[in-house]
Amino acid sequence: MSGEIGASAERVGGLARVTGAYQYVGDIQLVDALHVKLVTLPCAHARIGSVDTRSAEQVPGVQMVMTAAHLPQPVPRFGPQFRDRPVLAVDETKYHGEPVAAVAADSEEAAEEGARLVRVDYLELPPVLSVAAAVAPGAPLVQDPALRPGDPHAESNVLSEHPFGWGDVGAATSDLVVEGAYTFPMVTHFAIEPHGFMAAPDGDGVVIWSSIQHPYWLQKIIAEILRLPLAKVRVVAPDPGGAFGGKQHTKFEPLVALMALRTRRPVRLILTLEETFQAVRRMSAEVHVRTGFRSDGTITFREIEANYLLGAYADIADRAASKGSHISCGPYRVPAARIVARSILSHTPPATAFRGFGAPQPNWAVESNMNDAARALGLDPVELRLRNLARRGESFMPGDTPCDGEWEQTVRRAAELIGWGSPLPAGRGRGVALGIKSGPTTGLSYCTVRLLADASVIVYAGTSDMGQGSRTLFAQIAAEELGVPIDRITIVMGDTAVVPYDQQTSASRSTVLMGNAVLGACREIQAKLRAMAARIHGISEAAILVERGVVRLPDGPVPITAILKPGLGSLGGEVIGNGESRKEAEPGHPLSGSAAFYEFNCTAVEAEVDEETGEVLLVRHVTVSDVGKAINPLQVRGQDEGAAIQGLGHTFMEHYVFDEAGRIRNLGAIDYRIPTSKDLPLDLRSDIVENADGPGPYGAKGMSEGALLCTAAAVAAAVRDATGVVVRDLPLTPERVWRAISERSQATAVGGRRAGE
Amino acid sequence: MTRRGEAVLIQLTVNGRPRVLEASPQQSLLGLLRDALGLTGTKSCCLVGECGACTVSLDGRIVDSCLVLAGEADGADVVTIEGLAANDAPTPLQRAFLEKGAAQCGYCTPGQVMAARDLLERTPHPTAGQVQEGMSGNLCRCGCYYQITDAVLAAAAASDR
Repeated sequence: MSGEIGASAERVGGLARVTGAYQYVGDIQLVDALHVKLVTLPCAHARIGSVDTRSAEQVPGVQMVMTAAHLPQPVPRFGPQFRDRPVLAVDETKYHGEPVAAVAADSEEAAEEGARLVRVDYLELPPVLSVAAAVAPGAPLVQDPALRPGDPHAESNVLSEHPFGWGDVGAATSDLVVEGAYTFPMVTHFAIEPHGFMAAPDGDGVVIWSSIQHPYWLQKIIAEILRLPLAKVRVVAPDPGGAFGGKQHTKFEPLVALMALRTRRPVRLILTLEETFQAVRRMSAEVHVRTGFRSDGTITFREIEANYLLGAYADIADRAASKGSHISCGPYRVPAARIVARSILSHTPPATAFRGFGAPQPNWAVESNMNDAARALGLDPVELRLRNLARRGESFMPGDTPCDGEWEQTVRRAAELIGWGSPLPAGRGRGVALGIKSGPTTGLSYCTVRLLADASVIVYAGTSDMGQGSRTLFAQIAAEELGVPIDRITIVMGDTAVVPYDQQTSASRSTVLMGNAVLGACREIQAKLRAMAARIHGISEAAILVERGVVRLPDGPVPITAILKPGLGSLGGEVIGNGESRKEAEPGHPLSGSAAFYEFNCTAVEAEVDEETGEVLLVRHVTVSDVGKAINPLQVRGQDEGAAIQGLGHTFMEHYVFDEAGRIRNLGAIDYRIPTSKDLPLDLRSDIVENADGPGPYGAKGMSEGALLCTAAAVAAAVRDATGVVVRDLPLTPERVWRAISERSQATAVGGRRAGE
Repeated sequence: MTRRGEAVLIQLTVNGRPRVLEASPQQSLLGLLRDALGLTGTKSCCLVGECGACTVSLDGRIVDSCLVLAGEADGADVVTIEGLAANDAPTPLQRAFLEKGAAQCGYCTPGQVMAARDLLERTPHPTAGQVQEGMSGNLCRCGCYYQITDAVLAAAAASDR
């Protein structure tokens, strides 16, 4: 109904979530399914000798043990950027958790027993676990150079190097140059729903069930591996139970598909939480930043070197490294820039997309550098940012989308909400940081909307609703445009055999790109209703307007239903609309396309530091995002707060710890901590700036990642403000903060001068 | 509970309905509910009692059903998320979760609702701090913690009217 936009409609599909009725992948029981257990080695890097499956095959209930030798040869490889990842490990394992074999059995217990009995003869090899080890002379090569023909980096662990820049850095004259080196930890998505994969033969094709964000991309990869037409590969993708980027790309679907076709039975593999830690993670990074300033704070140049640590296979991480570093100079006027990002392979679990997509790592360094500079220049950190901040229409990254918002409004609002500049009690400090991320650079979404004879509606949209609430958004758009109450609208997603193509659910794109497709489909229905109205009333179409749920005739408006029933006639039927939304690639662009929009956020925090324990308490946390238009303010708040709290994870507590064999020592929920309800800021305030200036429906922009980008830099600045200590490595664990404070105290005792001042 | 070969025979009441089931000695209550009874509203995640996704009520106390052996539930009265809403009509607590936006992806939600229900039974008028302390064993990676707190407080307030 009209008035839906900007009202917080209740979550579509919410009832099934609060009652437990919604069936995620692992809740679907396929009749006669085989359960799969993966066989892995207790180290990261090993040469595989023989694999003896005989004992495993003797276990009652075990139906199949698959090894690389049972796969088509050469073993199929896949990946969104490079075809580097084999279905099962070939010749060697390259990370802890890489499967050597897979056992399928009638029960989970039999599969586990079988997996224990697969005997793998292997030789442990030294793993490469850090940037330094990966680039050291003579380091073991993670990827076989033969897989990288013509690649100048093939004989190294550098997968690729991404240089960006503009202007003449060498010619810049500065009053002050500020530089520093920062590290960002290796963290994991920890979706509460572990990844699940199922497959079953389906006539002359196959059907896959997966908790995947990009079902159509998966469909293409399975079709290629199985040499099937797309139409013979059906992907059913129930809403993921949390994804955050970790469920974008193909993982074990090819394996279960091959096992299902071999056994001619449904096959089911639900990962344990520990296995998901070994399947997906964010890239760690070492970032060096150097910025020149004039004494009034004007930036003269910026140099950034970002070394991202990928896993053993690239997944989409190299793209994240390039896209995240491309915008790493921030939302500022930087007259000369030199950026180089490196994607470096290691014997660690494959890194993939994770909320922020390669941007949080350099943001941590660059925004900390801005805070260092403010101190060195004697300028207020908010003022320093406002002096350099791009204004609407300004081309702050040459060749890319100009500034698309009133960004200073966001900064001023955050400063106001945190009480920037007001006096603080002893032991407390404040910090601020800005976050920016490029939206999608290409996109293609189709949508079909059916207005049924009784004026109810079905929307078919290939987005994955993983918690961001796209079902609700699309229902609001259809309700607004077609004048139908939301409870008469059904949203169909997650089945490639039914729903038209969508490129992917990522980069906070769906409200904008699929939203526009939904809008387009509704507009096509409006056009058909207009033709109907003209026919029924015997008047020209030009005299009729259909908008926001009503048909405006020369005599006045009538509801759509008043036209629909007579228009459809005695046979009934329906009115079908199709929408298409495209963002084409731009061949000359270093990312193959400019940003559809920017996510822009300002985070400001007030922290209290316990100098005896190093514990940091966030007294206030303010996040303000430029969202264009909040179609559903409650959901916007949920996404913004969720991003902020997820950001507190890598800021304060999350990081993988490896042992010498490359095993994750803190594998699982006991030893790897994520924020709980006891780790929250005392007060978290999420606010928005709305100028209806986005490319999406009603002026919306994507907004689900902004509040995570700059959490760490704002917190570290507040810790420094409170204590004087500078921490350049995340996470800011109590131990790390305490050590920094202790060193400061010792320095004070010896030299009388506080470190960091 | 009687042994029959490898399997054990378990009698229990689930959501008010008496059940007699066979289970292997190492099967968890979580596995029994999900696999034998098809009650998949109770979710599986960490399997070590840290995330709270599998929270159910056992004889009036909430437990992580992944840590309870099916055999230990012999003779018990179990309530799962499916036992709350009668005829698909959500309870006031479930309604509050919807109204406050406390379910994003929804995967942790059944466990959150079961934990909140237990909290409100023991502390009918909690403060926000008591809710966050009491429910800190239920992880939400979407980060809905404030909305969940709002929902529990709203449900508590509504119970007075």
